[in-house]
Amino acid sequence: MDFAIRTEKLSRTYKIRGGKKSEPRSLVALTDVNLEIQPGELFGLLGPNGAGKTTLIKILTTLLAPSTGHAWVAGYDVVDEPEKVRPRINMVSGGEASGYGLLTVRENLWMFSQFYGLSSSVANQNIKRLLEVVGLSDRTNTRSSDLSTGLRQKMNIVRGFMTDPDVLFLDEPTLGLDVGASREVRHFIRSWVDNNPTRTLMLTTHYMVEADELCDRVAIINQGRVLACDSPSNLKRNLQQEAIFHLEVSPFNGSLTSERFEALPGVCKAVHQPQDGFDLLDLILDEEQALTGVVNTLNSANIRLLNLQKNEPTLEDVFVKLVGQSMEQVEQKGDAGEQ
Amino acid sequence: MRVSNNPYSPSQVLPHHDGIQPSDGGHLHKNSGWRLYLQTVIARSYPRVVGQMRDVSWMFFDTLLPLLSVCTYVFVYRAIHAPEDYIGFVVVGGAMIAFWMNVLWGMSSQLYWEKEQGNLALYIMSPSSLMAMLLGMALGGLFSTSLRALMIIVLGSLFFNVQYAIASFSQLFAVFILAMVALYGLGMMTSSLYLLLSREAWHISNLAQEPVYLFSGFYFPIKNFSFWISAVASLIPLTMGLDAMRQLVFKTGPTLGFVSVPIEIIVLCVLSVVFLIAARFMLAYMEKLAIREGRLTENRR
Repeated sequence: MDFAIRTEKLSRTYKIRGGKKSEPRSLVALTDVNLEIQPGELFGLLGPNGAGKTTLIKILTTLLAPSTGHAWVAGYDVVDEPEKVRPRINMVSGGEASGYGLLTVRENLWMFSQFYGLSSSVANQNIKRLLEVVGLSDRTNTRSSDLSTGLRQKMNIVRGFMTDPDVLFLDEPTLGLDVGASREVRHFIRSWVDNNPTRTLMLTTHYMVEADELCDRVAIINQGRVLACDSPSNLKRNLQQEAIFHLEVSPFNGSLTSERFEALPGVCKAVHQPQDGFDLLDLILDEEQALTGVVNTLNSANIRLLNLQKNEPTLEDVFVKLVGQSMEQVEQKGDAGEQ
Repeated sequence: MRVSNNPYSPSQVLPHHDGIQPSDGGHLHKNSGWRLYLQTVIARSYPRVVGQMRDVSWMFFDTLLPLLSVCTYVFVYRAIHAPEDYIGFVVVGGAMIAFWMNVLWGMSSQLYWEKEQGNLALYIMSPSSLMAMLLGMALGGLFSTSLRALMIIVLGSLFFNVQYAIASFSQLFAVFILAMVALYGLGMMTSSLYLLLSREAWHISNLAQEPVYLFSGFYFPIKNFSFWISAVASLIPLTMGLDAMRQLVFKTGPTLGFVSVPIEIIVLCVLSVVFLIAARFMLAYMEKLAIREGRLTENRR
């Protein structure tokens, strides 16, 4: 089988230099990642900030060496044959400010096209066409320093696609974009893959909807480990035998915890998130009957049930089932840890 | 190591689709080898050349302000009744400082700024070589700095009535070109160190700035040093270049020169070759090291 991307027990550990008072320490960013992605796939890496998604992309784009394990892109080893990998790939990162502010959009794109050996005429043709596709053709001669974040990201998207790579890496491509711009970018990404059946696209995101809407297959990654890898529909189907409920209740104020609900028979997962004036309680139940126990527990603690909704499973539910916490909670914990 | 037969052969032709396909309907033809190298050099020099035209604040900051330093030394030499050629020495030295500043801030530490901006990762990830990128930066920088240096020389010569007596145009041209090749080669070599540096890059550049002002003899002939200090200072390409140029353009130049112009040309040839070869190997080594240690994109790690 020819894989567009393949990794084998890929691991990466960062050595973090110590300060004046602290010792150097190690940070495990990836652990034993095994992936096989076929040509033509739009593959998503879904995980919270700090899960290891960007580290994996950096390794695959030859910017970072793995600590152990191997990775191949377009059939070539990223460590031993980077010179063969590089002409076949490109990457776009969300929020990047690449290029030079003094140059216009067209000039910046032309400059990067030259680094890939495109002739000026082909490059200019591609730039013109792609700027039209992403709705940026009226800004062709605008200096890139004058572009808004969204427009700049569209320019970056064109930079990634104009070289017609075999494998394209998009690292949080809609980061910082408004809803409309994100939708346009997602539409463009999907149509590019649909229209180019042998091109492969790897996308990292921490937006569940983005992964669900775009990807043929998704790997859910947390703390450097791939926890599950399948199509979004298969991942969700595994949860369909279970009932997913979304409850809005009066504030617990410490009287109940999610562990209390998880101890009830038939409750697989319970995630409690205090909000402004009410609390949210997301439940994954083995069967609907288990809800009776939940309601009884709420009543016995004098907690009022404000709203109850049964949901179709989403990738967020899959993540909760795998990790035991919502992605938001994982990110909040990570932020607290860094501080 | 190959996984298996590669499905990405360039001859593979794909159907044309709505506007997102290459214009020829298949994989794009991409140049490689020397063509790619040349394209990269031209493309990377472009922002510097164009930037020069679009932001004209350099005329004030990089031409008129350096002239103030030149004025200081000119008035000192006039006050002590130094030979009139010393005025010319200062003007030429003031112009050459522009090249040193460009190499220091626009070449050596440039890769650090590129890293901060996010361009370095895109450069490394592209199929072109970092050496070609640096050569493009060097040529672009050389072009824009030559304009600045020329303005300093023209204005300085007009203000202070500097008299030139050029002994040999061909030797002067050869010395200038060799000095620039060696100087920018030195810049390319040291830029590899900045692949691994983060915020300390700023301090290192600052540290290198002033001593070179002294040891290169920007404002006085290096013959005033002892032989050995002058010899060590000659490892900086500007030292020999400046000394040779002064010998070639001023009447009293040869009497104040460190060694003869032919010897200085030979030294500059050697320095050019050594710095360019060293730059190539150091860049390759540092790039590998930076990839291994994860320094190409993350500064905090």
